Amino acid sequence: MEILVCVKRVPDTSENEIELNAAGNDIERDELVYSINEPDNYAVEEALQIRDRVGGNVTVVTVGSEDDEEVLRRQLAMGANQAFLLYDEAFEGSDGRGIATILKEFVLKGHYDLILTGVQADDGAAQVGGMLAAMLDYPFASLVNSIEVDSSKLRIGREIEGGNREISEIDLPCVLSIQTGINEPRYVGMRGIRQVASVPIATFGTGELNVDEALVGAGAAKVKRVDYFVPVLGKSAEILSGSREANAEKVLELIAAKGGLK
Amino acid sequence: MSRIFVCIAHRNGVAEDTAAELVSAARAIDPSVAPTALVAGHGRDIDTVCESVRPLFAEVWKLGNEALSYPNAELMRQALVRALPPQSIVLVPHDHFGIDLSPGLAVKLNSAYVPDIVAIEGVEQNWLKVVRQEFGGQIYAHARCDVSSGAVINVRPGGFKAEAATALNGVIVDKSPDIGTLTVRRRYLETIVAESGAVDITKHSVLVSVGRGMQEKDNIAIAEELAEALGAAVSCSRPVVDARWLEKSRQVGSSGKTVKPKVYLACGISGAFQHLAGIKGNPFLIAINKNPKAPIFQVADVGIVDDVLEFLPELTKKVQELRGVSAK
Amino acid sequence: MVGIYSPALLSDWLVPGKSLFLAIHIIGIVLFAYIVARRLVPLYRAQADPRFDQPLARLKNVGKYWFGQWKHPRYPFAGVMHILIFAGFLLLATRAFTLLIVGVSPNFVMPGLSGKTGHLYNVVTDYAATVVFLCMVVAVVRRVVFKPARYDVPARFGKSHTADAVFLLGLIAVLMLADSFFAASEAAGRARIDESMQLAFLSLPWLLRVGFSSTSLAALWVINVTAYLVHAVTFYFLLCYRPFGIQFHVETSLFSVYFAKLERGTVKPVRWDVPEDHLDQVKSFGVKKFEDFTWKQILDFYSCADCGRCADKCPANAAGRPLAPRFLTIKARDYAFEHYPVFGKANNSNPLVGTIYSEDEIWSCTTCGACEEECPLLVEYIDKIVDLRRGLIDSGTVPQSLQKPLKALESRGNPYGKMEKKRADWTRTAEFQQDCTVKVLDQKTHADVLYFVDSVTSYDNRMQSVARATSRILSKTGTDFGVLGPTEADSGHEVRRFGEEMLFQALRDHNVEAIQNAGVKRIVTSDPHAYNALKHDYRDLPPVEHISQVIAKELKAGSIQLGPREVDGKFYTYHDPCYLGRHNQVYEDPRTVLDAIPGLKRVEMKRSRDRSFCCGGGGLMLFYEPKEEQRMGVLRVRMAADAGANVIVTACPFCMTNIEDAIKVGGLEGQMSVIDLAELVDQCMVVPVREAEHEIAAVGD
Repeated sequence: MEILVCVKRVPDTSENEIELNAAGNDIERDELVYSINEPDNYAVEEALQIRDRVGGNVTVVTVGSEDDEEVLRRQLAMGANQAFLLYDEAFEGSDGRGIATILKEFVLKGHYDLILTGVQADDGAAQVGGMLAAMLDYPFASLVNSIEVDSSKLRIGREIEGGNREISEIDLPCVLSIQTGINEPRYVGMRGIRQVASVPIATFGTGELNVDEALVGAGAAKVKRVDYFVPVLGKSAEILSGSREANAEKVLELIAAKGGLK
Repeated sequence: MSRIFVCIAHRNGVAEDTAAELVSAARAIDPSVAPTALVAGHGRDIDTVCESVRPLFAEVWKLGNEALSYPNAELMRQALVRALPPQSIVLVPHDHFGIDLSPGLAVKLNSAYVPDIVAIEGVEQNWLKVVRQEFGGQIYAHARCDVSSGAVINVRPGGFKAEAATALNGVIVDKSPDIGTLTVRRRYLETIVAESGAVDITKHSVLVSVGRGMQEKDNIAIAEELAEALGAAVSCSRPVVDARWLEKSRQVGSSGKTVKPKVYLACGISGAFQHLAGIKGNPFLIAINKNPKAPIFQVADVGIVDDVLEFLPELTKKVQELRGVSAK
Repeated sequence: MVGIYSPALLSDWLVPGKSLFLAIHIIGIVLFAYIVARRLVPLYRAQADPRFDQPLARLKNVGKYWFGQWKHPRYPFAGVMHILIFAGFLLLATRAFTLLIVGVSPNFVMPGLSGKTGHLYNVVTDYAATVVFLCMVVAVVRRVVFKPARYDVPARFGKSHTADAVFLLGLIAVLMLADSFFAASEAAGRARIDESMQLAFLSLPWLLRVGFSSTSLAALWVINVTAYLVHAVTFYFLLCYRPFGIQFHVETSLFSVYFAKLERGTVKPVRWDVPEDHLDQVKSFGVKKFEDFTWKQILDFYSCADCGRCADKCPANAAGRPLAPRFLTIKARDYAFEHYPVFGKANNSNPLVGTIYSEDEIWSCTTCGACEEECPLLVEYIDKIVDLRRGLIDSGTVPQSLQKPLKALESRGNPYGKMEKKRADWTRTAEFQQDCTVKVLDQKTHADVLYFVDSVTSYDNRMQSVARATSRILSKTGTDFGVLGPTEADSGHEVRRFGEEMLFQALRDHNVEAIQNAGVKRIVTSDPHAYNALKHDYRDLPPVEHISQVIAKELKAGSIQLGPREVDGKFYTYHDPCYLGRHNQVYEDPRTVLDAIPGLKRVEMKRSRDRSFCCGGGGLMLFYEPKEEQRMGVLRVRMAADAGANVIVTACPFCMTNIEDAIKVGGLEGQMSVIDLAELVDQCMVVPVREAEHEIAAVGD
């Protein structure tokens, strides 16, 4: 099975403190460390496991710049067969739809049975997978937390409310967005990264892809972020100040008052 | 301003809370326009729902089709594309269904898409100004969206207050014929219900809920002691389940259980919205967290800035003293 | 033939005596040689291990541990018995060979053992045989009736080993008996024809001869020859059987001790025959299949005597984790026997983890070294665990709970993922800055001494007070010191022991550069893991000391004085951290320091010094979630309570964290507390008299 995984390099949420910068309009970007978007990592692991079960190839691709190559390399070290960087000045500033447009042209250059993305990335938009599917006119499913391969169809599970799982059958080729927890991703150590340090990563731009420049880039973006901010705190909790013992007593009083003691 | 549509999520003939919330959102976009409801489904349920939402809408479009008897986003999308007029603005709740439906819908409608908004700040020259969150809820962002060719807008459940029922008396319009035959490339098979586990947290009126702030699995015992003293149950946020400290049936949140307790103790929980989405009924929320900037303090009624591992045993002691049980 | 003659002269059996016994010798020796040669096969196929250096030091070890049986008395009853048996075997060796040769060369006497010397030797060995025989009886009774716990085989590790043990003990007893019957019957026979042959009074042969007082000469001859035959056959049977089980240690122990690891505290390189800068060319890291072990590691598997002392003292085993060092070895040995059989072809090897070992087993080890400290054969464990972990890391099979801190160490140089620039924030609290200014060292700012803080002490809220206490101590003693602050990365000690060698090297190289830039002459640390790393894993650094050693030195020099601890009726006990105590043998300095505090009452736990019980692990063990029945920390805290203590003093941040947690989880809050040695000293330090005089003078003005 030919599997494509679309990945994104994002500031690592557990190793960074996301704070407003001094000017108050962006996050503080000095000293951010980046890594692969966590759901994308689960998607790559899932792709590798499917490949190891049924055979085939795993390709990883990202839309970005040279900085993003490190993430592609890490996924190669993890076991992906090849990696592509989609970069062009014309792509810069694209919104989610622009990204999906670029990816669509990449997909049409190759032949993929299954396309995976992570369910969402640092901006919480959860959109590229669904958009890509619509542009390609492939069936789509989001929040996928289980995949079974059955010749030309997949049996998938989606995470829905209450912790329940919705089981569906989906035709191939299709696009799936993967939820964290679907598997246990393998470890990629320093050694693995060093071993792929010189593997070539092809870069495609407008020359190689059939992208209509009017549809990508900052100019074409229909959704733009204006700034980051921290809201003025409205009504918030009454913070108890006092010794730990006094606080505990007060809390107990409140619980009792609200009918919480049986 | 183009027509504003609201997707009604419903179950067993009852519209979900998000319907009223989305009406608020629609009013925030354009107070002068009364939105139109979109109700998709099949059979008697769909009629019941259409009837129940009439007070909130000018029109209620019924999209009835046997294939839509289960809310399959792939099929719903096709139906909407056929039924909606061009340049519509469509509001959808940002939940597991909205995430599934909307991005593709926006592409097929050739309009913009803006996901998971928590506030609307009005329209300025065809740009809709909204507020979103990024980085897992750690920071807010102002964003704007070009709605000149319509837009699909996913609204965070609970982000807007439910619109009080008005006496709009919406007209039910049967748009079912517009749907035609739907191409099925994703077939719903079944739903596997999550194991209820030994403890059903939805049935408890007091919950001692633990988050990552408990630091390690063995510390859950501290929360269990408190729960036992209070006659409560222990629930948790998603990271606790991911780390395998507690089983999934204990998770409160958008991908876990929805609870309606009287008292909710959030212990070492940061307050990510996915977690808060599982707490309904406006309980008395007590938050204990080492970090004074934790978002939970925004929504709690009472907050204690303290190490949860130190505070909980103290609280347990007080409860036990009250009960006359000698402290261990 | 009448009388007692050498069995070589036997002529009324099928085969003449000489030929029979010669045949037995040849078969026995050839078979033994063949078996040993087959046993050596996996060693040829194994990885390189340079153990041929420093012969004098190695011989010293042989003298102390093999000949001197140095570790045996740690378990007194079994230890003394083994010393007796070992001494007996050494003494009896010559006698046994003499006996064997006599069957072929009738009048053979061992050179140097004729006349009076020979006679004395026979007396001594009569007693030796007796003692060995008695020890066999006691040993069998002990195994079968008293069943010491450490010999138990938990179901998941297979069947009980008792039957095999009893069989072997029995055979040795038979050997002693056969020798004694031979001597006794010969002496009795000679007595009949008025030739005297002296036997040691009340020895086994002597007692048997008493029993033979009315046996006929003909019968004695039969007994004599039969006893001889039994001796010869049993001797060779044992010789050839030993390589099939734990008794192989009789032969291999000399080698396992001679080739034992000389360098303490550090971990073997990934491959001894591949220098660090060529490691990228190695296809596979660590031990995945059996042949990835080194020949010495395989020799260790052969040498295990199944005594169970390692597992008995292993804290992971005590906590109910899936690891027991003894079975790590026995399973590998059984694997070697199965896949490299003496009779048959060597067959294909599979990955070891997933077949004989489980992943949890390998991750459960805290590298505390208790096993290595106990083993009388100097079998090594830590290097094998690290090698197995290297194999798991290389194949990506790492528990998710460990992947996060490893990733954070790679990006941020600490397992918490906190920002580098905040590493020295502990120096900047308002209250602390009034007492003490801590320099941050770099290429421009130098100092005499580097205080290497390491990650947990820098970032953990509780441990930061240890950093501050240590700084105050250094400051009050007038030491010119500083910290590296943002340029300090984790020492990488646990990273290495968890198998991520390349990440360790990256951290090490980063730190070495930072330390060299800081131009310091000495390094002090309050973290025994950092201490061990800087001392043994790193190279080319200035001398490293632990803060307890520094305090002890300053106390001796009189530059620190400790005032009394308020009389609080508490009993203090010192918990030896594994990497300060056992691995680096710093036992006395911390105790000296504690004893220098007037009024402080100290008790000793049963398991202390080199038998200290690991608190549950340093470094990455804080993140790993093992399958266990109890927490090591809780077991340790109970030991402190059992010793009558209510305050545990430790000198390691990981011990502190684990013990504090354990006090909470074990329900001992209010009854037990824990304090770091540096904190305690900081609280008790008094200003030296000279300064006080100056102050008085100033006030007087």
